[in-house]
Order: sequence, then C-alpha cells, then structure tokens
Amino acid sequence: MLEIKNLHVSIDGKEILKGIDLKINKGEVHAIMGPNGSGKSTLAQVLAGREEYEITKGEVTYEGLNLLEMSPEDRARAGFFLAFQYPVEIPGVSNTNLLKTALNEIRKAKGEEPLDAIEFLALIKDKMKLVELDQSLLSRAVNESFSGGEKKRNEIFQMAVLNPKLAVLDETDSGLDIDALKIVANGVNQLKSKENSIIVVTHYQRLLNYIIPDYVHVLYKGRIIKSGGKDLALELEDRGYDWIKEHSSQLTLSK
Amino acid sequence: MDNILNIKKWYLDNFEIFQNSLNGESLKPINQLRKDAMAKFSELSFPTIKDEEWKYTNITPLFKHSFKPAASISEIENAQVDQFTFDDLKGYLAVFVNGIYSKDLSRLENLPKEVVISSLEDAINSYHLAVQKYFSKYADYKQHIFTSLNTAFTKDGAFIHIPDGKILEDPVHILFITNSNGEKILSQPRNLFSVGKNSQVKILEHFVSIDHGIYFTNSVSEISAGENAVVDHVKLQEESKNAFHIHRIEVEQERNSNFTSHSISLGGIISRNDCNIRFNGEGGEGTLNGLYLTDGEQLYDTHTMIDHAKPHCTSHEHYKGILDDKSRGVFNGKVMVRKDAQKTNAFQENNNIILSAEALVNTKPQLEIFADDVKCTHGATIGQLDMDSMFYLKSRGIGKVTARAILIHAFASDIIKSIPLKSIKSYIESILTERFNKQFQQ
Repeated sequence: MLEIKNLHVSIDGKEILKGIDLKINKGEVHAIMGPNGSGKSTLAQVLAGREEYEITKGEVTYEGLNLLEMSPEDRARAGFFLAFQYPVEIPGVSNTNLLKTALNEIRKAKGEEPLDAIEFLALIKDKMKLVELDQSLLSRAVNESFSGGEKKRNEIFQMAVLNPKLAVLDETDSGLDIDALKIVANGVNQLKSKENSIIVVTHYQRLLNYIIPDYVHVLYKGRIIKSGGKDLALELEDRGYDWIKEHSSQLTLSK
Repeated sequence: MDNILNIKKWYLDNFEIFQNSLNGESLKPINQLRKDAMAKFSELSFPTIKDEEWKYTNITPLFKHSFKPAASISEIENAQVDQFTFDDLKGYLAVFVNGIYSKDLSRLENLPKEVVISSLEDAINSYHLAVQKYFSKYADYKQHIFTSLNTAFTKDGAFIHIPDGKILEDPVHILFITNSNGEKILSQPRNLFSVGKNSQVKILEHFVSIDHGIYFTNSVSEISAGENAVVDHVKLQEESKNAFHIHRIEVEQERNSNFTSHSISLGGIISRNDCNIRFNGEGGEGTLNGLYLTDGEQLYDTHTMIDHAKPHCTSHEHYKGILDDKSRGVFNGKVMVRKDAQKTNAFQENNNIILSAEALVNTKPQLEIFADDVKCTHGATIGQLDMDSMFYLKSRGIGKVTARAILIHAFASDIIKSIPLKSIKSYIESILTERFNKQFQQ
C-alpha cells in the first residue's frame, strides 16, 4: 500500500525528517507515536502533499505510484486521506457543499458517475450516524464555530464519506474528552477493513485502547527509533518517552 | 490642460444645444437650476489626483473623448430588453435608452393608486410635489463638478413616488440601457425616489450596455426615506468594459427609517461611485453593502459617507472586492458621528481578495467621532485566497480551479446573501460561477 524510503524533509532550511523508512500493507493499522516536535505532523502533512515542505531525499510509493510527484488533489482521488490535526474553518462554504464537490471529483477521477442529490443525501445520512454528528452541522460552514470535538468528528465523517484506501489520522484524539474519543474511535473501527489501511499519529497511548494497532513506531527527532507491536504503546504509557530518548542517544553514540 | 479646457468648452457648447432643444420647457423654474449648475460647472475644476477625494483615481482618460447627449430615443427591440430582465423578478420595469425614457419598452401597468413610477421629465412637467420638495436638495452640485454637469443637463431619469402608508410589494426594476452603436454617448439619468412615511419599496437600478462601446454614464440618484419607511436599493452596474461610469447616490433618512444599499459592480473601465447617507432623525438604520469584481485594466472606486447627525442610529457597511489582472480598486468609507449623535452604532469593513500579482487596492476606512457614547468599529483587509483553506479543499480531492472558485464564492457569500432581491442573488452567483468555474455549483 505505502512504502516510505529514507525520507528527508526540511522547512525553511531546517531538517525535520531525517530518514524515515516505513512500510504499510493493505489492511494494517500503524500507530506513529512520539513526543512533541518529533516530526509526526510533518510526516502527515508531507504525505498529504503540503507544498511548504521541501523533500530533500527519499521516495514514497503509494499503490505503485510516486506519491511525492502527485498534487494533493490527485492523492485524494487515488484514495489517500488526511484527518487534519487542526481542521481549517472555511466561512461561506457549507459542509455539505464541500463533501459533495469532493466526492464527485473523486468519482469523476475514477470514471464513475456523480451522485445525484438524493443518492448523496442518503449516503451522508448513513455516514453521519457513524460519528454521531448532528445534522445541523451539515448546512453550517466548514468547521466554522464547531467545537474541538465536532471538528475532529467532522474529519472522520469526511473520511467515512470519501472512503479512502489509506487514511492518516493526525492527532485526531488530542483535545477530546473520553466520550468523544470513544465515538471517534468507534467510527474509525467501523471504517477499518481488509482493503484499507490506517496510520494513527498520536501523542498519547489512550486512543490505541480503542483503535488497536498492528504496529507501533516511535518517532523521535525526525527518525523512527523503535518499532514494535501494540505492547510498545503500553510500555510508552508506563515509562514515558525518556527511556526511548536514552535508547536513541545510545543508538546515535554507537554509530 | 488644453485638453481639459477644450472638454469644458465642449460641454458648455453642448449645453447651448441642449437649451435650444428644450423649447417651451426652458420657461419652467427648473431651468434656472440648470443654468446655475452649468455656471458652477464652468467655475469648478475637474478633479485630479491632487484632490484628496480622487487621490487614487486618475480620471484623465475621460477627457480623451467628446461625449455627446443622445438627441433622440434609440430604436431597441423588446427582445433586446429581455436579455437584461430576470424571469424570476416580477415587478415594474422602467426602461431608459441612452438616458432617455422609453414608454414603449417600460412595463408599468397596474400601479397602485397614488404610486408614481415615471420619467423624471413627466414628474417635472406635472409639477409633482415631490420634485419641488426634494429635487436637488441632497445632491449638492456646488461642490461636485460631475453633479453640476448632471444637474445642468437635467431632463430625464427615473422618478418614483410612494405616498405615505403604502407598501409596494413588487420591486421596481429601472433599466438603463446604453446603445452607443459606435457613438460616444453621454447618458446622464437623474433619478429621484421619494418614499413616504410608513411606506416600503424595493428598487433596482441596473446599468447595462448593448455593445462594448465607449460611452459615459454620469448619473445622480436622490432618495428620501420618510419616517419609518423601508427602502431597499440595489444597484447592478454592468456597463460596457470600455465605458466610464460615475454615479452619485444621496440618501436622506428620516426618523426610524430603514435603508439598505447593495452595490454590485462589474463593468466600466473607470467607475466612480459615491453613496452617502444622512440620518436626519433618531432610530434610523442604514446598510451599505457592496461587491466589486474587476479584471483587465478596470478601475473601480467607491466613496461613501455615513453621516450620523442624530442619536440612536445604526449603520452597517461592508464592501468586498475581488480583483484580477491589472485592475485596481479604491475604497474610501467615512463614518461621521456628530456631537449630539449619542448611542450611535456603526460598523464598517472593507475586504479585498487579490487574484493576480498586478492587481492593487487602496482602502481607507475612516471614523470621525465627536460624540462620546458610541459603538463604532472599522477595518480593512487586502489579501490572497487563504492557502490553508486551499490545501484543505485540495486534500479532499477538489482540484485547484474548483477550490479557487469555492473560496471566491465563500468570500463573496455574505454580501450576496444580504441582497434583498432573490433573483439578483442567484444572478450574481451565476456570474461568479461562470467567471471562475464552469462546473462548480452552489
């Protein structure tokens, strides 16, 4: 599904990612954890095609395509989805309008007919239930005066409607109370299948109680310094990141 | 300079021709006003960029042409009128061609009793009381050269009179069509709208052109909103992109009246709009909203003045501009809160989106407050489309062109939504769609 090889990324001349290697197969859930400033969100943004970042080295293959050569919209049309850490408020554009335009552009790219108004309405009504989203949010402007929890649920709702092959959830859990967290996790779990893959980027282990990862990776100072199974997340919860950091400096020393 | 002197002489000579054409009408009292205005015109200087009020609008291209008032009504088919009307705008239609009223093309049947919608000429000839009361009372020609020019050539234009206590349900569509046909037409509609106490009306002033001709529209509208009256005014400016458009709107608001202005500007190579309202009684509410779309080498200029002369009045002003290519925009909005105007509530904002590297906006919101118990805010922004929003839309699979169109729609949406005529709302939507993206639909 996705293969990242030796990815180096800079912004304003400062190197943030210093050689990431990661392979994700169909049907897998990967968690990327790490302390603040380790480069987790940079990785998510680069995969989505954010142009401010400079890719200095490495390659990313997605479904056999050179992902880094593709525009953000082409990535989305090819089934890539990013749930934003900070979803953007867009006054004047209704949530429904955004989704309908997005869905039909994606369908068009796949050579499918656009959904008509009735089919579209049926689809979104169905998907709204997944994240228990209030119907009134549909006609409101995208994320405008949504609460923090509503914004995150709205991201997962969009994911449900667009039905991606690979979804990156960038700190979708941060700022959520436990009830909202359960709703979001429950929504994600229902979208999980053998056909799609999910990358969960998070600072806390808490979300991983509800979305069970197949693999956990620890990102620190722009490198993946440790990978393991779901138990690694629990270990991090118990011991914090410090022991990993020491582990990392030992790794650097021994080089 | 010689050029400007020649131009002045040109208009003075044309005034002679105009006077001779008036025949018996020249004996009416209004003719003295015309002559006084012409004398003023002769005294006043054309503005240059040294004038504070014209600092960013260089009007000299106007003086390269000798514009001439149309001598008689130009032949236009009903079908040509239909391309400028709106199927879903049911109401009264008053049509002017090259500034001259066309009875044949207008549709003014079944007017309620005592309501008058006519040409100003008819109102003058019938000595209508509203003409005597309000004409030239608000649009001072002594300071403004273009108003003096308009006043001197006063002959035709739209006249609306709504008596006290009358609610005109259907809107009045005033259509100013220019059919220049290769001639450099000077069209100077002079309009007067008097709305009585407790009355209500919706007025659309609509400027269009049959072709892409070079012509000059110099119009003045005076509006009197009586006590507790509700007046919704919409201006849709779709002149030829080679035309010059100067239009001054003066509004006097009596106690508890409610006036809204929506000015949508699309055409003209140079357009200058002055829209001024004055609260002449307590409890008045005024809205001045505007949307301007410019491209090519268009220059759009709007100057507004909201005069809070009395306490307990509320004004709301919001202008938005979308500028492309080498076009330029000027916004100058003044809110004056006079000494006794306590409890004034004034909001003023101007936002601009620049779509190209070469477009330019000069914006100057101004507050002058002489009272101490008031609530006033103002602000202005000039920027590009928000890159974060753009990326967000693209990350959802929406292509660049569509994403751009969505954001432009979104930017303009609050102004469009506030337009009190539904058909004009959807018309502006369709213009945005056509200009920025053929596929995108709201």
